[in-house]
Amino acid sequence: MKCRVCGQPASINLRSYKTALCDSDFLSFFEKRVRTTIEKYRLITEGDIPIVAVSGGKDSLSLWYLMNKLGIECDGVYIDLGIEGYSDTSLDKIKKVADALKRKVYVFRIRSVLDKGIDGLARAMKRVPCSACGMIKRYIMNRICMDKGYNVLVTGHNLDDEASALFGNVLYWKKEYLWKKDIVLEAKEGHLSKKVKPLFLCSERESAAYAIMSDIDYVYEECPFSMNAKSIIYKGMLNTLEESSPGTKLMFVKGYLRALKDMGSAGETTREEARETKYCVNCGYPTYGEKCSFCWALEKFGLHCSLKFDEYGSYSIDSERAVMT
Amino acid sequence: MKVEWDGKSYEFAKPMLVARLLEELSLNREAHLVVANNKLVTEDYRLEVHDDVKVIRVISGG
Repeated sequence: MKCRVCGQPASINLRSYKTALCDSDFLSFFEKRVRTTIEKYRLITEGDIPIVAVSGGKDSLSLWYLMNKLGIECDGVYIDLGIEGYSDTSLDKIKKVADALKRKVYVFRIRSVLDKGIDGLARAMKRVPCSACGMIKRYIMNRICMDKGYNVLVTGHNLDDEASALFGNVLYWKKEYLWKKDIVLEAKEGHLSKKVKPLFLCSERESAAYAIMSDIDYVYEECPFSMNAKSIIYKGMLNTLEESSPGTKLMFVKGYLRALKDMGSAGETTREEARETKYCVNCGYPTYGEKCSFCWALEKFGLHCSLKFDEYGSYSIDSERAVMT
Repeated sequence: MKVEWDGKSYEFAKPMLVARLLEELSLNREAHLVVANNKLVTEDYRLEVHDDVKVIRVISGG
């Protein structure tokens, strides 16, 4: 198979785009695609100070590397879940990228701050680890933006993540979650940072290929708590469909975005949107109750959290400098 | 050829296409990438007996 651009041997076949590309042309293709997404959906604009949520996996590390390569300078934040043999390895990979990029990474260590690893916290909260992890990560990552002056939280959610979540929401008709997914979630001033997903339309296969071709050393192993996660089962099913009908995942997610846009322009609101948003009396985080889930959990289990972040890397972003080139 | 996959090592005595290797291991080509001698290769690439091959799963949870 030859590269459709230069005729050299291809490294990757992109059947959903009916093309095949060599290393160099794939890197350009992927970077252009992410840049176009950032610009088209106005994910990051001049004057923004973004921070990337990094996990040590292919998506977040590729994204962190790529954004800095595109001239969008950004630091990283890592939440150490306290998983033996996994969290430390992830942090080592993140530090390597931080060194290469000359960027800072903030590290929040759940075990040292909350006195338990994610498995212990999940047990105490009577939640499955993925649910507890999601709740804690969303909270902590928002707090670092609020506390350290970053106004955009960038995450590595990819096409497969979005397609599988959408698939699960449709399969079980979870209307309360169905229309919440988007490429950009706008800020609530003083309470919630803007959240953006530049890899929304890029597949996992593409982001893994980008990491490999860019020599990014990422964690290949799966989080031990996500082994039987439904999202992985859905991804497998969607990839079976994708194999027989290339482009299915992209059509599914793009179709959703069109429906979401149509719904917005028709002035329709979901039941969730119609509910009045309140703010946690302790910390100001958006909630539907008096206290947010994080503060509620801390109080219930007698935990105290100072939200202390370690910092790795001596570099910091210059807030006076425009981040887009 | 030596093929590394999912923490295990497999030996294949004859050359074969990448597509065939994925079939032999019952793997979906949308969910896996194949690296031969440290370079990504497409499914029509012919793997030779002396190639050092690694299959990478691209699906992650969360």
